[in-house]
Amino acid sequence: MVKMTDLNVIERPNWCPGCANFGILIALKGAIVELNIEPENVAMISGIGCSGKLPHWIRTYGLHGIHGRSLPVATAIKLSNNGLAVFTVGGDGDGYGIGMCHFIHTMRRNLDMTYIVHNNMIYGLTTGQTSPTSEKGVRTKSTPSGVIEVPVNPIALAISSGATFVARSFGGDVKHLQKTIVAAVKHRCLSFVDVFQPCVSFNNINTYDWYKQRVYDLQDAGHDTTDKIKAFTKSQEWGEHIPIGIFYEVLSPTYEDELPQIKDTPLVKQPIDKIDISGLMDDFV
Amino acid sequence: MVINRLTWKIGGKAGEGIMATGMIFSQSCTRSGLYVYDISEYPSLIKGGHNNLQVRVEDREIFSQVKGVNIIIALNKETILLHKDELVNGAGIIYDSSEVIDPKEIRDNIRLYPIPFNNIIKEIGVQGIMKNNVALGASIALIDYDFGIVEKVIRDNFKRKGDKIIDENTRAARAGYDYIKNNFKNDFEYKLEKTGKPGRMILTGNDAICMGAINAGCKFYAAYPMTPASSILHFMAAQERRFNIVVKHTEDEISAINMAIGAGFTGVRAMTGTSGGGFCLMTEGYGLAGMLEVPIVIILSMRPGPSTGMPTWSEQGDLKFALNASQGDFPRPVLVPGDVEESFYLTQEAFNIAEKYQTPVIVLSDKNLAESHKSTDKFDTKKVTIDRGIYADAADLAASPDTTFFKRYKYTENGVSPRTIPGMKKGIYTAASDEHDEEGNIREDIDVRIKMMQKRARKMDSLAKELRQPELVGPHDADITIIAAGSTKGPIKEAMILLENEGVKVNYLQIVYLNPFPSEKVAKVIGSAKKTVVVENNFSGQLADIIKEKTGKDVDKRILKYDGRPFYPEEIFTAVKEVVTHG
Repeated sequence: MVKMTDLNVIERPNWCPGCANFGILIALKGAIVELNIEPENVAMISGIGCSGKLPHWIRTYGLHGIHGRSLPVATAIKLSNNGLAVFTVGGDGDGYGIGMCHFIHTMRRNLDMTYIVHNNMIYGLTTGQTSPTSEKGVRTKSTPSGVIEVPVNPIALAISSGATFVARSFGGDVKHLQKTIVAAVKHRCLSFVDVFQPCVSFNNINTYDWYKQRVYDLQDAGHDTTDKIKAFTKSQEWGEHIPIGIFYEVLSPTYEDELPQIKDTPLVKQPIDKIDISGLMDDFV
Repeated sequence: MVINRLTWKIGGKAGEGIMATGMIFSQSCTRSGLYVYDISEYPSLIKGGHNNLQVRVEDREIFSQVKGVNIIIALNKETILLHKDELVNGAGIIYDSSEVIDPKEIRDNIRLYPIPFNNIIKEIGVQGIMKNNVALGASIALIDYDFGIVEKVIRDNFKRKGDKIIDENTRAARAGYDYIKNNFKNDFEYKLEKTGKPGRMILTGNDAICMGAINAGCKFYAAYPMTPASSILHFMAAQERRFNIVVKHTEDEISAINMAIGAGFTGVRAMTGTSGGGFCLMTEGYGLAGMLEVPIVIILSMRPGPSTGMPTWSEQGDLKFALNASQGDFPRPVLVPGDVEESFYLTQEAFNIAEKYQTPVIVLSDKNLAESHKSTDKFDTKKVTIDRGIYADAADLAASPDTTFFKRYKYTENGVSPRTIPGMKKGIYTAASDEHDEEGNIREDIDVRIKMMQKRARKMDSLAKELRQPELVGPHDADITIIAAGSTKGPIKEAMILLENEGVKVNYLQIVYLNPFPSEKVAKVIGSAKKTVVVENNFSGQLADIIKEKTGKDVDKRILKYDGRPFYPEEIFTAVKEVVTHG
C-alpha cells in the first residue's frame, strides 16, 4: 500500500506561509494514497507560477515546464504511456491566460487525465498583477485603475468545450478537495478541477473568510451532475452563494480509446528495433 | 534525335490535377529504369492561379532540375505565355486547339500540337477533368514512349478508386495518344526509350524524412500544418496504424513541440516538423527540451521569409535562426541533408544523437528538397543502427535513496547522465525548466549553475568528436572550391559536370553538420584552396557568415539567390566560371 511518507521529499515547499497551495498539495498526496497509485506511475506536470513548483515537493515523476504549456506535455505523456496516472497542476494565469488555447483543446480532447487549477485570481509569483479570473474593477499593479474586462468563467468554459468532468473545490477545505480529486481521478475521462486558492500575499479580497462565507457543496444541494444545462446554469452562480463540488460528470470514450495503436501495448513499451519498412518502400516504386 | 534526355512540363490552373498527372509521367519513366527529378511551382491558393510541374528525365542519375524544356503541356493559354521562353529549339507545345495562339508570339523552331480536348472527351464519354490525361497520352505519343507502361501506372495509382475510374483515365490517355499518332508525323526530336533496368522509388525529401523516422522507431509525431512541412504530417498520419505511431495534428506549433517533449520525456522517440513561422512559436519549447535534456527531433523545412514570406517557394534563410533560436546556451545540434538519400539517413542519425546526447536535434531542410521528387534506390535500412543512449541500470537505481529524487542530471565526464523514465521504480525525479541540481531541484547557487551549464555544454564537445568530417569531392588541385549546405547539393553536382566539360577544375565541400560545426576541416580547406565560393539560397550569405564566425576566414565570393527559386546548374556554372576567370 502506498503511504503518505512515500510521497514526501526532504525539501520543504517555499510557498508563503498560509498559502492554500499547501492544502492542495496535502489533498493531492492524500488522493494518491487513497487511490493507492504507485509514485513511479504518477506523472505530475506543471507550467510556471507558484503552483508550477508543486512537482518538486511530491515524490512522483514530474515535469515543470514552461508557462502555459503543461497540458500538451501531459497529453503526450498519457499518449506515450497510457498506463500512467497523469496530473497537471497550474495556476489561473498559466491555464486561463497564456495557456487558454490548450485548455479548450484539452477539454474537447478528453484523455483520461486530471487537470487541477490553483485559481487565486491574481498573479502571485510576479508579485500581484491582474489575472484572467480577477473580477472587474479589481485594482492590481498592472491595473491601477481597475480591471476593465469581465473575468473568465472556467467552469462554463470547460463545460462548453466538451469536458466530461467539471468540478470546483476550495483550498481551505482539504477534505472536500481530496474527495473531489479522488472522484476526478476515478472518472475515466478528462477531469477538470478549478480550486479556489486564497493568495495571502497579493489578494486581500478573495480571502479564506471570503470563500468560507460563500461556498456551498453542490452535492449537498442535490445537484444533477448529468444535466449539462443545469451544470451550465450552476456555473453562472456568483456573489453571495458560490457552488463548489461536481458540476458535470458524464462518461464518453477517451481519446486513447480511439487509438488502436495503443490498445494492447503502450507506445513506450513497443519495441523499435525490428521495424520493417520494405513494404513501405515498395509503395513508392 | 535526342534519346532519353528531356524535360517535360505541365502547367495550368491549381486544382486541375497537375501534380497527379506529373506523378504518373514520372512513375512511367522510372518503371523502365529511367531517372527523374521534378520541381513544382504553385501559389498559396487552392483553385486557380498558375501551377506547373517540370520533370527532367535521363538514363543516368540526375540531381536537379535544368534549364530548357523540351515538351510542355499547356492546360491553358497562360502556361504558354509564361513558359514559352524556357522552350529549347525543336520543343513542342501540346495545347487545347480551341485556344487562339498568335503564331507571332511563338518562335519558328517551336512545334505546335493543338488537340481538341473537349471533342475527344465528349467522344469517349469521360469527365472534363480527364483533359490532363488526354494531354498526358498525347505527350507519350510525341516522345514515342511505351503506352503500356503508362497504362499500368494508371491502373496501380487508381486501384483503390475502382475499375470505372481506371477505365476512364486509361481511355482518356489512350485517346490523346491516338490523336497524336493519327494526326501528326512521328518526327519529334526528343524521344524516351525503355532501359530494361528495374524501377526505383520516386521520393521527395519529406518522404525520405518520414521513412527515416519510421525506420528509426519514431512513435510520436505532433505538428501543425505549414508548407513545406505539411506533407510530413500527411505521410506520418497515413502510416500511423500500419506502424503503430501516434500522430497528432495539434492546435498550434507551441503545443506540437511541447507534446514532442512530453513523449520524449516518457521514453518514446518523438518528432515535430514545421517551417520558419511555426518554429518561431516553437523556440521556447526548443529551449525547454535543451534544459530538461529531453530528446526530440525537429524538422525545420525552410521557405522564404520574413514573416509569411512566399509560402510555397524555397529559401535557405533560417540557418542562423536554427543555430541561435531560444534564450541561453544549450547544445543545439543542426543537421542539414543535401538530398533525398541524406534526408533518410540523417533523420535516423538525428534520433540517435537526440537520445545519446539527450537534447533536441534540428534537421534543416527546405521546400526545394522537401517537395521535389527524385529517383532513388531503395535505402539500406540497416546502415544506421538504433542507439537509445544511456538509461540508468539496476545498480544506479538501487543506489538511489527512497527519500530523494534520482540523480537524473548527474555530473559526468561527457555530460550525458543516465536517464530514467516514468514507470521506473526508484528512478523518480522532476525535470525542471529552472536551473537545477543533479536531482532536478531548483537551484540558483553559483556552483550548481556553473557545473550544470558546463555539463550540458560537454555533451556538444562529445558529439563533435563523434561526427564525420565533411569530405572534399573532386580534384584536390581544383581551380575553385564550392562550399555549401543543404539542397544546393543537386545543382552544384550538375554544375560541376558542366564546369569539368569546360575544363574548369572544381571541387565541393558539403557542410552536413551545421552544429557542431567542422571548423578545423573548413579552415583547412579554405586555407589550401585556390579560390572559394559559397552557394546559398538566401540574401545575406548566412553560411559564409557562419564560416567566418567559426574559422575566421572569408570566402572569395558569395553566390546568392533569394527569389524563392532554387539554383539551376547553369546559374552556378556561369557564376563559378566568372569567379575563376575574373576573380
